[in-house]
Amino acid sequence: MGAPIVNELTLADFELENHVRGALKAAVQGDNDFYNQLLGVIHQKEYLSAEEVALLVTCLRAITGAVSSIDIVHHHALLAAVLRMSLWDYEVDVMDVLVEFIVSLASSSGDFVDLCLEMLVSNFMPLSTYYSEEYLKNPQGLYKKRQVLDRVHSTFQSIATVVPFSPVRLGIIVKDKMPSILQKEHLMSMYVENILMLESGVMGDIVGRTVLMALVDRLIELDVELTWDDILQDDFCKGIFDMDLEDLEGHIEFHNADSSELTREALFQNIFCGNNIVIAEKLDSLLVLTFEHLQSCYNSGRLSQVFETLILSFKKTILTAYKSKFAQFIMFYACSLDPENCGEFFANEVLNIFLRNENPEWRMSAVAYLSSYLSRAKFLSASFVATILESVVDWCFQYCKVHEGAIYPKNRSVFYAGCQAIMYVLCFRMKQMLVIPRFNSGRLLKRIEDILGHPLKPMQACLPSIVEEFVELTQKNGLFPSLETFQSRTDLENCRTFGGVQRLDMFFPFDPCLLRKSDRYIHPNYVYWSMVRNSYEDDEHEVIEEEVEVYDGFDEFACSLDKMSITPRPDNMLKMPSRIRPSTSPESL
Amino acid sequence: MEGSKECEANLVIYLHPSKANCVNDAIHGELTSIMFTYNEILEGVILAYDPVCCSKLAKILPGVEPYFGVRLKAKFIVFNPTPDMLLEGKVVKVTRTAICAEVLGFAWASILDEDIREDFKHCIVKKKRGPEGNSKHAFASQTHKKHMIKVGNTVRFVVKSFDGEMLHITGSMLGNNTGNSEWLDRHVGQWSQADRVSNKRIKEDAGDEKSENKNSSKRKRDQD
Repeated sequence: MGAPIVNELTLADFELENHVRGALKAAVQGDNDFYNQLLGVIHQKEYLSAEEVALLVTCLRAITGAVSSIDIVHHHALLAAVLRMSLWDYEVDVMDVLVEFIVSLASSSGDFVDLCLEMLVSNFMPLSTYYSEEYLKNPQGLYKKRQVLDRVHSTFQSIATVVPFSPVRLGIIVKDKMPSILQKEHLMSMYVENILMLESGVMGDIVGRTVLMALVDRLIELDVELTWDDILQDDFCKGIFDMDLEDLEGHIEFHNADSSELTREALFQNIFCGNNIVIAEKLDSLLVLTFEHLQSCYNSGRLSQVFETLILSFKKTILTAYKSKFAQFIMFYACSLDPENCGEFFANEVLNIFLRNENPEWRMSAVAYLSSYLSRAKFLSASFVATILESVVDWCFQYCKVHEGAIYPKNRSVFYAGCQAIMYVLCFRMKQMLVIPRFNSGRLLKRIEDILGHPLKPMQACLPSIVEEFVELTQKNGLFPSLETFQSRTDLENCRTFGGVQRLDMFFPFDPCLLRKSDRYIHPNYVYWSMVRNSYEDDEHEVIEEEVEVYDGFDEFACSLDKMSITPRPDNMLKMPSRIRPSTSPESL
Repeated sequence: MEGSKECEANLVIYLHPSKANCVNDAIHGELTSIMFTYNEILEGVILAYDPVCCSKLAKILPGVEPYFGVRLKAKFIVFNPTPDMLLEGKVVKVTRTAICAEVLGFAWASILDEDIREDFKHCIVKKKRGPEGNSKHAFASQTHKKHMIKVGNTVRFVVKSFDGEMLHITGSMLGNNTGNSEWLDRHVGQWSQADRVSNKRIKEDAGDEKSENKNSSKRKRDQD
């Protein structure tokens, strides 16, 4: 008697299960008739009629009941066929029975756990081109997405109930199967959405750290793909604070037809051209997803816990990456959400790296992060900034004492980086520091004066534009009289060797974010140079009232793209600051 | 519970130079990292450790990062269930085809329907009160109505095999000494008597078989 024909059977469920068991056992012996029929039913995918769907559901249910008879070697074809099924290709009745099979399969043997988890992870994104970016944005697409992803994540939990260590395996699989940076933006975003759902779900305690660190790794990978070749200027004589508009003209191709107003959009398109724009937009989207996730973590009281992972990731990946451009803004945003805990914790951790780490390049990178952060973070109190600055000053002072008389002392570059950091922060925060008694006391100011006037000549080694701005400000405020004789002369050798081949002397990691969508999250808590500069200007410069008011009351600063435009004014004596510059080219606005 | 044993081992742990000022913490960190994973040398999953004594001297390895090796003795409790051992686990899932249980919080066991004795049948238990969706899968004994296995119960089973890498135990409930642990403990007499009866029957059958074989061989000799 031959094998029964699958779609002609009228059996109760348990009878069909017994048939399937029999078929699986027979397949081991070499009799594949019924087994092949089952395979044929599973392989049917497109344009299934109602009857075909019912048959598929029935067969899957029967295979679920016979899962104990499935062998990973002998039934490889059946396993491959079922595990290759995508929830996106079917309606809910097939989806439900498929996930039931996955849970039963994972529960039956350890051999199947990884396979089941991989199948579910592959359902983070639709493989079919039918699910285009436009389709997934419309209500139908969103509904389908919800149907699939809710089932995927609830199946993870069902498996975790039975297999206690499955979240650990899941974290590794999610990390390994993360799409490459070449994947389309909307698919990458979907994968990251799923990662963040895992992090905030019930398995977040176990799987959260792995997946978050994998996400940061991917952000850095995208970040380092961005090239600044067209705009890198190695001419360090240009001021980093004041950038003449003429310098940009050579790079600007786009002008508004009605006026010569250069919009941020235009600059963005000019700087990010070709492949850069695709990568930048991917990075922008992923950063926005991360920011929104951090916001929800803060709302649910979990930000401190997530921040511990972010700090680890920062030390391991962001700090050690070559001049990360935008990925570090996740730290900035997280700190802005909780300045007292996260904000101050981050500053202390970075300070620690500068003071105690063995690697000089990481120390220089750390102090660059520290100075840029202390200068740009609107949410940090002046007293906290003073405390941190004092630690940097004390280190530099001790360095001077220890290396008194040495010609080429060790870690000279780290010392110069520390000095530049002090000057940089004071350029932004001078006015605030002077009202703090701790700073304004004789001890700290005297130490700064001694450091900057030391025979190692840090003022000749640091970037001229920072030094000039610093000297100008100190003269206006009547500080450091001994430095007044300093002449704007650059010690070329010291300048070049201080930053090394990587030019870490020109690294300002928290310079304005050039990514449009991300910047909207950063902008409200960000200090722009023009806000600070205008508060220092006297009557000789035209004062822009709203910006002066903003300096005194940052909260009133309107977040508007129009205000970020640069309008050349022929009668303006001001050197118009260029707000949009990549941090590798000297600028600090 | 069977399956765990104590053992002592001599170890050398190689630590990064940065751990030189906190050797004890580093040793604890290294030993913690191997817990709840299968160790081939100790032949089991490490559940607990106790460093007994540690040498004051350490050998420094040559290399770019000069790791140093600390010698120590440590006691371990190792979990390695072998076939025919009796184990218990908390039932986390019951389906028509399997009972899944969690063992010691980190390992998982599955008892498939073909390894569950005929006496137990799958059923759906409906709650008398509450919404209809509160029905649960269970396995119930046909001979002892109150002997039931549901989610949340502790199940006692015999080990068939143990996959150390996946921490997965395949179990069976063919013997009368397996089932719901609480029921088995309260009704020792019943299942052990049943056991004695079935064992006696098995022995009698075996004895009958032997005597039959003797008689047939005697008849054969007589015929010859």
